[in-house]
Amino acid sequence: MTGMVALYIFMLAAFTGYEVIARVPVILHTPLMSGSNFVHGIVLVGAMVALGGAQTPLEKTIGFIGVLLAAGNAVGGYVVTERMLEMFKASGPRSSPEKRTS
Amino acid sequence: MPGWWSADVAIQISYFVTAVLFIMGLKRMSSPVTARSGILWAGAGMAVATLITFLYPGMSNYGLILPAIFVGGVLAAWSGRRVAMTNMPQMIALYNGMGGGAAAAIAAVELYRGGTEGYASTTLAVAGGIIGAVSFSGSLIAFGKLQGLIKRSLRFAGQQIFNLLFLLAALVLGALVIAHTNATSAVVTGFFLLALVLGVTMTLPIGGADMPVVISLYNALTGLAVGFEGFVLNNAAMIIAGTVVGSAGTLLTQLMAKAMNRSLGNVLFSGFGDTGAAATGAVQGSLKPIEASDVGVMLAFAQKVIVVPGYGMAVAQAQHKIWELCQLLIDRGVQVRFAIHPVAGRMPGHMNVLLAEAGVPYDLIADIDEINAEFETADAALIIGANDVVNPVARTDKSSPIYGMPILNADKAKNVIVIKRGQGAGFSGIENALFYLDNTRMLYGDAQKVAAELIQAVKAVG
Repeated sequence: MTGMVALYIFMLAAFTGYEVIARVPVILHTPLMSGSNFVHGIVLVGAMVALGGAQTPLEKTIGFIGVLLAAGNAVGGYVVTERMLEMFKASGPRSSPEKRTS
Repeated sequence: MPGWWSADVAIQISYFVTAVLFIMGLKRMSSPVTARSGILWAGAGMAVATLITFLYPGMSNYGLILPAIFVGGVLAAWSGRRVAMTNMPQMIALYNGMGGGAAAAIAAVELYRGGTEGYASTTLAVAGGIIGAVSFSGSLIAFGKLQGLIKRSLRFAGQQIFNLLFLLAALVLGALVIAHTNATSAVVTGFFLLALVLGVTMTLPIGGADMPVVISLYNALTGLAVGFEGFVLNNAAMIIAGTVVGSAGTLLTQLMAKAMNRSLGNVLFSGFGDTGAAATGAVQGSLKPIEASDVGVMLAFAQKVIVVPGYGMAVAQAQHKIWELCQLLIDRGVQVRFAIHPVAGRMPGHMNVLLAEAGVPYDLIADIDEINAEFETADAALIIGANDVVNPVARTDKSSPIYGMPILNADKAKNVIVIKRGQGAGFSGIENALFYLDNTRMLYGDAQKVAAELIQAVKAVG
């Protein structure tokens, strides 16, 4: 892709990120930060390509570390975000959920 | 197979789908109702992109790629499952640092290999490299600090100038790499080492209280580095996802800094965070203790109770017991709300996660703007392990370090009950005027034990 097209993509993506997050309630700041942390785990794709093209032992070593770290970012980011969001529940029909039967 | 179909087309289409899934996923994550599905969407996008990348033309070293993904993934999944909710901020820092390190590693491989073509590509590789490396080493320091592995905040005179020199030196080496597009390995190595050291020296002086803002900043920086390396590798999925996180993370960082009443520059370059700066300002009045049984009666016959939880509650693991107490009150017809200050817990929104873990439904939880007018009509405000965020000094005392910080108006409630371990000051080391008010009573003890006593007391009322 040409430089100008890349620049347009960069500009539009920046606005998208801003708009998607604007007006988010404080209660979701921590999960959202964790979620965006997961999304940049896409670096895994680049690390795979870099290691896939590495030739010297030095390049291979650094590439290996890169893929290792990137996989950690993607998988770890997913697991903790999912764990946090799973816990967010609204209350039932009346204001006291669970325990109602006891 | 039709002529237009190839591995490359499949890869481009998959990356496009991934970008769409990421953006929709993040959008869904910004509302509590749809948040859960948001991460699933984003996860699906990641799976699609990762799998299709195995078809990338001209790839080799599969024998290295697969084990690296396996080992990194398994270790991260294991640690992510085990981490306690109270330790979530530093875990996010750790995973974020790994992403930054990966972006720097991509830059390093491409620069050593001479894989970048032209000045624009080399410049972006260098820029992404320095940002990624700083984010990597800086996030590791942030992790160490929050985890308690690094106790002291290293500060010395002229530190800012020292850091500035490091940055300049790294930039000079970076410029050298760009200037001879096929730079010697030694220059590239020196560049990355300087960038790594810079991340360490930048982060060490920042206090623990400010760390969440720093983690959020490094999160945005990693996004940016990923976006830059995406340009180098001509990879649209990386450009879009990285840039979206870069700008979303920057906004999130600003929101957090604002919630803490600090500017970003102030966080990075002043170092108030954990100094316990001069806690002067004499407070009038005395501390008036109260017994759990009396509080139990008061709560049981109240109409409206507002609970103000702080990090101290989470440390004592009292949130489950507190919620049990609140359920008893709710069953008696008492109206119960939880009031969350933006910086309750270790980062904005952290307390919501901790309460959610205990089973508190999110619609009983109110943030500062929603709840502050309601304190006047509350019969009791129950303060558990919170301190600075309810200190009225922030409204009145111009000399106080927390002056101007928005606080919860707990002092306006008819009765204020403070559950506290002992008589110490808060995180900032500032004496709390709320504790000395006429309508305040102190209930000393471990939050979990006190909560259990309160449950008994309310049950005894019958």
